[in-house]
Amino acid sequence: MSKQQRPRILVTGVAGALAQQVIDRLRDHCDLVAVDFREQVYLGDDIPSYCIDFNKRVFEDLFRRYKFDGVIHLGRIMSSQLTRMRRYNANVLGTQKLLDLSHKYGIRRVVVLSTFHVYGAVAYNPALIDEEAPLKSVGLSADLVDSVELENLANIYLWRYPELNITILRPCNIVGPGVRNSISTLLASERAPVLAGFSPMMQFIHIDDMADAIVLAYNKTQRGVFNVAPEDWVAYQHALKLCGCQRLPIPSVPPIVPRLILRTLNLRSFPSYLMHFFKYPVVIDGRAFGKEFGFTPRRPLKEIFRFYRENKKPV
Amino acid sequence: MSLASILKSKLVPAELSEQINRIRKPIGSLGYDPWGYNNEAIKYGLSLTRHVYEKYFRVEASGVEHIPAEGPVLIIANHSGQLPIDGLLIGYALASRKEKPRIPRAMIERFFPTVPYLGNLLNEVGAVLGDPTNCAKMLANNEAVIVFPEGVRGSGKLYQDRYQLKRFGNGFMHLAMKYKATIVPVGVVGCEETIPAIANIKPLAKALGVPYAPVALPVILPAKVHLNFGPPMFFDDREIPEEQVTERVEQVKGEISKLIDKGLSERKRLF
Repeated sequence: MSKQQRPRILVTGVAGALAQQVIDRLRDHCDLVAVDFREQVYLGDDIPSYCIDFNKRVFEDLFRRYKFDGVIHLGRIMSSQLTRMRRYNANVLGTQKLLDLSHKYGIRRVVVLSTFHVYGAVAYNPALIDEEAPLKSVGLSADLVDSVELENLANIYLWRYPELNITILRPCNIVGPGVRNSISTLLASERAPVLAGFSPMMQFIHIDDMADAIVLAYNKTQRGVFNVAPEDWVAYQHALKLCGCQRLPIPSVPPIVPRLILRTLNLRSFPSYLMHFFKYPVVIDGRAFGKEFGFTPRRPLKEIFRFYRENKKPV
Repeated sequence: MSLASILKSKLVPAELSEQINRIRKPIGSLGYDPWGYNNEAIKYGLSLTRHVYEKYFRVEASGVEHIPAEGPVLIIANHSGQLPIDGLLIGYALASRKEKPRIPRAMIERFFPTVPYLGNLLNEVGAVLGDPTNCAKMLANNEAVIVFPEGVRGSGKLYQDRYQLKRFGNGFMHLAMKYKATIVPVGVVGCEETIPAIANIKPLAKALGVPYAPVALPVILPAKVHLNFGPPMFFDDREIPEEQVTERVEQVKGEISKLIDKGLSERKRLF
């Protein structure tokens, strides 16, 4: 195949472990360009890698120079990183810039990584939440607003510019080697806080499976919003036990008590605004994605937890 | 042998454990389902319930074979007695039946998930937040679901109103029609006498965030309980106006009323 026929894809958020997994899967038959908001990452001589703020004008030069066919947007700053304001700029305004440029330069495929956090952890959540369910997390905490806004924005572009072929993925907890999000940090730690008397059902997807899902999604032009989760469930405290974590119970009633404790402790892996996710379940239904894209996760929960149990002390 | 397994061998009889393993539930690799049901927890739950069912309430159940062995089922019953003991007993009656037992799910009040320990415990033994989406997804999973259409109106009623059916919600009928679920009516007699309440302190209930705050003895009385399961009822999924749905609900309510009367006439004494 000649060089020109290979699809050229912009991948964002490449400092993260997930993006690197996605790149490994695509680099053999696609020309990739990697960008990250936070740092420049060396990915080999064949992949140009940049550290660029999407809101800066030089970002457009990338589109001019490389003539992308598609964009895989994994560069969402997680709720545990940076300040609320900077997150808003990066996630919401940055994404808007990215989508505007994608439209301007005639990109034909966009995959956006969102999170199941947008549904919000509410006591009245039913299990197996569908993609049509309301996004309640805005009402819970201002720290999750940017995640929901990012989704809204992507949704508006999804309908306004159908030719962009936007697919939004809402995965459950992504875990596994190299993942630095808050749940992965908790599972990897020796001791993890729990809210006394609450052990909500959770879903975990292995980073390799998630990378497979993203590649599958990119390769099939099917617009829409999809949950990504395996059909397997476990209670939070049971998961900690299987990961060999000691549980540190935090008094849970009245609700003001744990909130004050967590605010005082100010743990990066157990922030007060994610408190509800350790109290009430947010179990999503990933069957639509599985059916549409032919996706079946291959790494079982036991394997995921064994990894955390055996890697308590990072080398 | 670890302490947990010794305890388990003492508490959970092997035959029960085997019986539960035989009932195939749509569970994941760690024994959980999306609503928090846990195959191990149910074994403890059922072993403990057995004593409560057989020794304390000395339940007499008739017609439990009316519940189909498979497919979506809605078990509709009258609700009473402040605590959801009726749900527990109906669940045990079905799980312990000789022929083709099933582990049913019960829809519970919306405030339970907010209660520490209890909320999770109820989920582990199969109780699920009473949300129409939950019920729909469970029927789609071919589960048998226990529903009390009276809700808190039924469980919170006072002793003076015993065995008077309160208004039934129409939600269960819509779901039964949509998912072609069989409806099995159940008349529960005896649970009204377990925690007789003489009054409800509404301001206290509001302050505590609970549906009702009964004035009652702080004990659960060992009333004898009769469960009468009626013949299965089927309703087609035609598009019909709400008025006719209500008529269908009334039909089920009427059946339950008859089953309650049957239980009351069978009952020789309260305890």
